[in-house]
Amino acid sequence: MYKYILRRLLQMIPVLLGSTFIIFAMVFALPGDPTAGMCGERPCAPAFVAKFKQEHNLNDPLPTRYAKYMGNLAQGDLGTTFRDIKVADELKQRYPTTAKLAGMAIIFETLIGVIAGVMAGIRKGKFMDNLVLVSTLFVIAIPIFVIGATLQYYLGVKWGLRPVTVSPQATVNELLLPAFVLGSTSVAYVARLTRTNLVENLRADYLRTAIAKGLTRRRAIGLHALRNSLIPVVTFIGADFGGLLGGAIVTERIFNIQGVGGYLFTGIHNRDGVSVVGTVTVLVLVFLLVNLLVDLLYGVLDPRISHD
Amino acid sequence: MTTSETMARESAKSSGQTYKPQDGLLLEVEDLHVEFHTPDGIARAINGVNFDLFEGQTLAILGESGSGKSVTAQAIMGILDMPPAVIPKGQIRYCGQDLLTMPDEQRRRTRGPEISMVFQDALSSLNPVFPVGWQIAEMFRVHRGMNKSDALERAVKLMQRVQIPAAKERVGAYPHQFSGGMRQRIMIAMAIALDPAVLIADEPTTALDVTVQAQIMALLQELQEERQMGLILITHDLGVVANVADKIAVMYAGRIVERADVYDLYRQPGHPYTKGLLESIPRLDQKGQQLAAIGGLPPNLMRIPEGCAFNPRCKFAQDVCREDRPALLEVAPGRESACHFAEEVLHG
Repeated sequence: MYKYILRRLLQMIPVLLGSTFIIFAMVFALPGDPTAGMCGERPCAPAFVAKFKQEHNLNDPLPTRYAKYMGNLAQGDLGTTFRDIKVADELKQRYPTTAKLAGMAIIFETLIGVIAGVMAGIRKGKFMDNLVLVSTLFVIAIPIFVIGATLQYYLGVKWGLRPVTVSPQATVNELLLPAFVLGSTSVAYVARLTRTNLVENLRADYLRTAIAKGLTRRRAIGLHALRNSLIPVVTFIGADFGGLLGGAIVTERIFNIQGVGGYLFTGIHNRDGVSVVGTVTVLVLVFLLVNLLVDLLYGVLDPRISHD
Repeated sequence: MTTSETMARESAKSSGQTYKPQDGLLLEVEDLHVEFHTPDGIARAINGVNFDLFEGQTLAILGESGSGKSVTAQAIMGILDMPPAVIPKGQIRYCGQDLLTMPDEQRRRTRGPEISMVFQDALSSLNPVFPVGWQIAEMFRVHRGMNKSDALERAVKLMQRVQIPAAKERVGAYPHQFSGGMRQRIMIAMAIALDPAVLIADEPTTALDVTVQAQIMALLQELQEERQMGLILITHDLGVVANVADKIAVMYAGRIVERADVYDLYRQPGHPYTKGLLESIPRLDQKGQQLAAIGGLPPNLMRIPEGCAFNPRCKFAQDVCREDRPALLEVAPGRESACHFAEEVLHG
C-alpha cells in the first residue's frame, strides 16, 4: 500500500515536468509583445523594453528559461507576473473560492444524480425511468453557458430569487446557483451511471441471495445492490472533482466569480505566461493528487482491487 | 421434541408466526405451475408438480437444464422474478400454510428462519464488497435483531461448524479471498444460520472440483442429519446425489416423470428418460464402447410436444404417447412413473 502510494507519487514527477514544459513552450511561443500596452498609447521606450526583457529572462533560449523557472518552482516560487504580482498570492486568494464552488457542485451532482439514478433504476422502463433518461439527455445536450445564463436571467434578474453575481467573498449562499449550474452536466452523467449500474446489479446473483436471506427489498437494494452500483459512480465523481478543481472558466465568467478559471483565462488573454504556467502547474498537481486519492478510494470501495 | 420443533418455536418468537409440522410433514407442493411470459410467447416451465417433504428427508430433484428443477426451487423460495414469471395454479404449503397466498412481509420472514437456500455459484452469489462474516451475521441482525458483535460471534461459530480453517481470523475476509469449496461452505453457513426446517440446495457442487464436491455433499448430509432438516437437492448429476438422497424425483419439461427411492431408481429405472440418463453415465466396465446418449434435444418450453413430452426422443414411443399424456402413477411399491410403458421399461 505505502509502496503503491510512493510509486504513484514518483510517477507524478515526469508527468508534472512534461505537462509544465508543454504549457511553458506553448505560452511563450504565442506571438505578441508583453510590453505592448504597458506604457499607455505609445510604444514603450527601448531602454524600458530591454530592462523588462532582462528582468524576465526573455532573452534566454527556451530551455534555459524553463530550467530557471523550474528551479524557482522547486523552491516553492510559482513566479511573478509581468505586472509584478506573485502568482502564489493570487492563487491563495482565488483557490478557496474555486475549491468551494467545486465542492458544492460535487455535492449537488452526487445528491441529485444518485437519487435520480436510483429512482430510475428501480423503476426500469417505467415513467420515472423515462423521465430521468429524457431530462438527463436534455441537460447533456444544452451547453453550460446557456444553462448558466438562462438560470441567471430568470432566477437572478427577473424573479430576484438568487443573487445575480458572486461577490469576492463568495459566500455559500451566493455560490448555490453557480454550483448547481457547474454540476448540472455531471448530474446527468452520475444519474445515468447510477441507473445503469443499479439495473445491472439488480440482476446479480448476490441480490437473489439477499432476497433469499429474507432481507427486505429496501435493504437488499439500498444496501447490497447500491453499495456495488456506486463503485464506478464514486470513481467518476472523484475524477470530476479533480477536473472541477481546475476552475470553471465559463461558469466563473457568467457569475463573475473570482476563481482560478477566470485567472487562467485572463492570463492567456494578456499573454501573461508566468501566471498561466504557475497556475497550470498547481492545477496539474492538484489533479494528479485527487486522482491518486480516487484510486485509493476505489481500493477501499471494492475489496477485489488490490494496491499491493 | 425434535430439533425442528424447537426451531419452530424460536423462529415463531421473532416472526410472531408459528410453523409446526404435522406428523413431520414440512412442505407440500401441489399441482404447481409456473409460466414465463416473454415477448416471444409463454414458456411453460413447470406444468403440475407434486411432492411432499418430511423432516429429516432428502429429496433429490434431477433433470437437465430447462427441466424446471431450479424454477421449482425458486418458486418454493419465493425468489422468482414476477413478472416475467407467473404462477397460474398450484399451492406450496409450508407446515400447512400456503406460501403463495401469504402476505409478502410474512413470507419474507420465512426466508432464512424457515426455508433457506444454497446456490450454485458461491462466488457470484455472495456479495463481493462485504466480508463473509458480515454476510453471515446479517441473518442474525435482520431476523433476530442481534447487535453487531453478537452476530459476528455467531458467524464465527457457524464458519467453524462448516469447517472453515482459522474461522476467527477469516471472518473479515472477502468472498474472493476464499477457494470455491470454502465459499460454498460460507454459503451453507449462511443458509443454516437460523436453523431452517427446509434447506434447498440448487446444484451446490456443480461449480466445484470433484474432490471438493464430495466434501460439500458430506457436509450437507451431516448438517441435515444433525438438524433433521428437510433437504431438497437439485442437480443434473446422478452421481452426486446417489449416496445422499432418500428419494429422487426426475423432472422433464416441467413435470415429474419418475419418483422412487434412490437404490430402486438406480437399479431399475421406471421411465425411458431416467433409463437414458443412467445409460449416458460413462462406466469403467464399458471402456472402449460408444457412450449411449439420449438423442434429440430437450423440448422448447413454448412448444412442449403433445402427449408425453419425451415422446420425440423416446425409444419406446408408440402412437398413444403422441396423443395421451401419461399420469404419474404407482408402478411398483414406493415408485411412480409417468410412462405408458412403465412396466416394459421397468422389466425390459
